[in-house]
This record gives sequence, structure tokens and C-alpha cells, in this order.
Amino acid sequence: MKNKILAVLKLLLPYLAIAISILAYYIIPGNGKQKMTDHPYYVYFLLAFGICLLIAIIIGAFVSKVKNAVLEKAPFYTGVIVFLLFLNVITSKTLLLPTLYFPSLDRIIGLIVETKWFLLKNVFDSLKLLLTGFAWGVSVGFLTGLALGYSKHVGYWLTPVTKVIGPIPTTAWIPLALSTFPTTHGANVFLIAFAVWFPVTLMTSSGIQSIANVNFEVSKTLGASTLYQIIHVAIPAAMPSIFLGIFYGTVSSFATLMAVEMNGNSSGIGWYINWQKSVMMYDGVYAGLIIIAAICSLTLTILFKVRDKVLIWQKGVIKW
Amino acid sequence: MVGEIRIENIHKKFKNSDPTKEDIIALNGFSLDIKPGSFVSLIGPSGCGKSTLLRIIGGLDKANEGSVYLDDKEIKKPGSDRGFAFQGSNLFPWLTVEKNIAFGLKARHIYKDHKKDVDEYIKLVGLTGFEKSYPHQLSGGMQQRASLARALVGHPSVLLLDEPLGALDAFTRMSLQDEILNIWKEHNMTMVMVTHDVDEAIYMSDYVVVMSARPSKVEAVIKIDLPRPRARAQDTFHEYRTKILKVLDLGGKVDDIEYYL
Repeated sequence: MKNKILAVLKLLLPYLAIAISILAYYIIPGNGKQKMTDHPYYVYFLLAFGICLLIAIIIGAFVSKVKNAVLEKAPFYTGVIVFLLFLNVITSKTLLLPTLYFPSLDRIIGLIVETKWFLLKNVFDSLKLLLTGFAWGVSVGFLTGLALGYSKHVGYWLTPVTKVIGPIPTTAWIPLALSTFPTTHGANVFLIAFAVWFPVTLMTSSGIQSIANVNFEVSKTLGASTLYQIIHVAIPAAMPSIFLGIFYGTVSSFATLMAVEMNGNSSGIGWYINWQKSVMMYDGVYAGLIIIAAICSLTLTILFKVRDKVLIWQKGVIKW
Repeated sequence: MVGEIRIENIHKKFKNSDPTKEDIIALNGFSLDIKPGSFVSLIGPSGCGKSTLLRIIGGLDKANEGSVYLDDKEIKKPGSDRGFAFQGSNLFPWLTVEKNIAFGLKARHIYKDHKKDVDEYIKLVGLTGFEKSYPHQLSGGMQQRASLARALVGHPSVLLLDEPLGALDAFTRMSLQDEILNIWKEHNMTMVMVTHDVDEAIYMSDYVVVMSARPSKVEAVIKIDLPRPRARAQDTFHEYRTKILKVLDLGGKVDDIEYYL
């Protein structure tokens, strides 16, 4: 009984926070400096959030997994809403911060809603560039890493090259890549691929080199050929390390994506942020940052989901 | 009958990690004949080269001189005619029990015709119900069972065991000893086992080969003339034990040892 009351109170918390936020929005007078939006987007956002939560609670009444998740997250959601409340009061009700650099939540959310198609197109361009570069980087990195790790001869010639070229920050290649590649797009793909290539190569080869020799001996006594050993022993045994390399590569590909889009690109979220900054539209800058956060976080979530599937035999090393 | 091993005048030395020092001689003219279908244990002080010898029979190491023949065919590299059970289970952690056992059959592209063998060996080593488990989910004894099944499923004529039970507790060890003996009896194969455990050697073997410290040679070949199934607690057991320990401790010769194998 006591637990039930506690649970209900927990679920009411976010709604209490939403109610206070909306009251504050309408009762406290604005500072008059923020550009007004056509709609109270911040209030819409709060309401939409409340409705989503309500749906989750209703599903939770039937599915205990959802219920537990909602109950666990309810205080956190409340915290987020309270944080936004403070943010909104500070930016649109007081003059504590310069309004030029700190637009109201109404303006940021409004911009995302009103220019959604334009933003989506830029998101799409960014993702396309990111994925193309990523795919090249991972495949070339994996193959180089495999060759470096498995063959002493390849290792002899290529390890020093990798050690010299690999650590150069990708951004340092931008001027050269932009002037030598026939198209900007090609240069951008190369730069992102490069950012992914080095960690994947390094972690693949070191993963393969650190496989205990007995694994190969076992497979030899069972009659495995060299090729079979590479595919069925070396690669799976090195997989945890390879995934670590892909993880590092993904993180550095985000940085490179932003760098190339802000340098001479004409589309993409990085370009959008830079452009909004140059026309002093800081609501656009924030909108861009929010979108990037969403993309990067989502990409890593997918990556870790794949890892958990592939490395089901192993206990997690990095939690996401 | 297949599974006859002839070891002829094997020499094996290892490069010293300190290049100013001389090479380490592990085996210096080692010869031994192993009858098909017999159970032979190699016992001797640590570092006497018994594992090296087993690895040479397995084809994992090469002798500097001399040759090993399996059924009159010289052994040059690992082959599926010799199963090898390593120290510790060494299952592939990324494969389930079932896939670990099937590994050799798949590697040799004969899995399709031998699917049934995998099930049969899972049953034989008592792992039914654990087919889809990963090695880290199994106890040490179960891992070793799976590892034995993996070495046996390709029907080798010889099983080489490199201290396979060393890491297990006494009770698991004893029950696995019996299981290995059952398999040995049922499948009529030659088994060569390296062990540190004198009792294990006596309990399991037809012949115990006592090796001397480096450079290693056969110090004594002791025939264990006890009926099977053997009892672990009996007086004759003790006699053999004393005999072997004498050879090991003194390194000299003891009376009434049979040299023939």
C-alpha cells in the first residue's frame, strides 16, 4: 500500500513540474527583449512531453517492464523539466544573460518546428556524409588492421607508416584534402574515413596480436586451414578490441564531420550552425547543437546495441 | 588396429632467451613405442620435456632431429587423426558449447554429414541441455568435458592429453578420469597423457613412462598390471606409487622395472 502511494506520487512529480512551468510561463512577466514567437512552443513542448509520459504510464499498467522504466525515470524527467523551467525564467523573464546569445526556449523549439524540413535535409546530408566516410574507414581500417596483426611482413613495412600518419589530427589534413580531391564531397568522405581508419586499424591489429596462441593451436589440431583460422578464430577473438576501435573511430568521426562541414561545405548540420552563427541567429545554433546531440547519441546507441548482439559471449566493458 | 605411435630418437632444443647462454636441450635422443589402443602416461619433473614431446606427437612443435610415426606415417603437422586436449579447457569463448564441439568438423567441411556426432558427443560427456551455453557460463569441469568432446568428435585414432585435469578440484577430477577411461575403452583409441599426478597416472594407464629431468630421456617404463575397472584404494596401487616415486626422487634405477612396452 505504502509502495503504491509512493509510486503514484513519483508519477505525479513530472506533472507537478509541468504545471509549475506553464504557470511560470504565463504569470511571470517577460523581459521584453526576446523576440516573440507565433506560438507558445515551449508550452506545446511541455504538453507533448506530458502526453508521451501519460501514454507510457498507460502502457505500463499492462507491461511491467515499461512501468518499471517509467517509475525509475520519473524523478529524472522531473529534474529535466525543472532545469528547463529555470532556463526559461532566466532567458525570457530576466536579463541575467545577454538575450542575443541566450535565446528563449520558445525561439529554439519554434525554429526547429518551423524550419523542420530544411533542418531535416541538412540532417540527411550530414548522415549521408558520415555514413559514407564511416563505411570506408571501418572497412579499410579493418583490412589494414587484419593484415598488420596477422602478417609479420605487412607489419614490418606498414606499422611505422601507420604510427606516423595515424596520429595526425584529421583536421590537419583539411587544407590538403580540399585542394587535392576533385570534389569537396570526396575530400570530406576521405577525411571522415581517415578519422575512423586509424583507431579501427590500431585496435584490430592489437586485438589480433593479443590473441593467446593456444587458440590457434587448438584450431590447428582440429584441422583448420589458415584462412579458416583467420575468419573463425582471429576475427571473433579480436572482435571486442575491434569494436573498441570502431567506438573511438565513431567519436572522432563526429568531430571530423563538424570540422569539414564548417570548412567550405554548403550543407549539413555543421554548416548550418556556422551559418546561423554568422548571421547572429543563436537560436539556430542551439537548435543545431540539440540535433547533433541527438544524432551522435543515437548513433552510439545503435553501435552499442550491435556490439551487445555480436559480443553476447562477453561481458560488457564500456557501458553506454 | 590403428593408433600405433613410434617415437624415434627425438632431439629438441630451444633457443635460450639470453643469447649468450647455451640452447636448452629438452629432449636428447628420446625413443618410445606406444602400442595401438594403449593408455600411456608421461610423468616426470617439471620442465622435463613431457609437454614438448606431446606437442611433437601432436605436430605443434618440430623435433630438431628424429621422427615420430603414427601408423608408419611420419608426423609433420597437426592433423585430425590426433585429438589434442590442452591444459585448461581452452574452449573458444565466442562459441557456444555446441559450436565449439562442431568447430573441427566445420573446419574440415564435413559437418553436414556428421551433425549427429556432435549430439552424440554432447550426450557422451553429459552436457545435454547446455548446448547453447557459452563457456563462461559453465563450471571448470563442464568446460573440460566440452573440450574433450571437441577433441574427440572427429574420431581421432590418438588422443593426446596435456594435463587436461590439472586445474580441476579433486572430485571433478576423479569423475572426469573415469569418463576419459570410458571413452578410451569404448572407442578403442590410443591415449597419451601428460600428468603431474602419480596416482592419476597409475589409475588410468597401461604404462607409465617416467622421464628424467632435462635433457629428458626415458628413465623407466612401468607397466601397470592391474585389472580394470581399478579401485583407487588398494595395496598394489601403493606399490606402484612407491616404485614411481623412487624413480622420480632418486633418478636412479630401481629393481624389477619392465623396460619393454
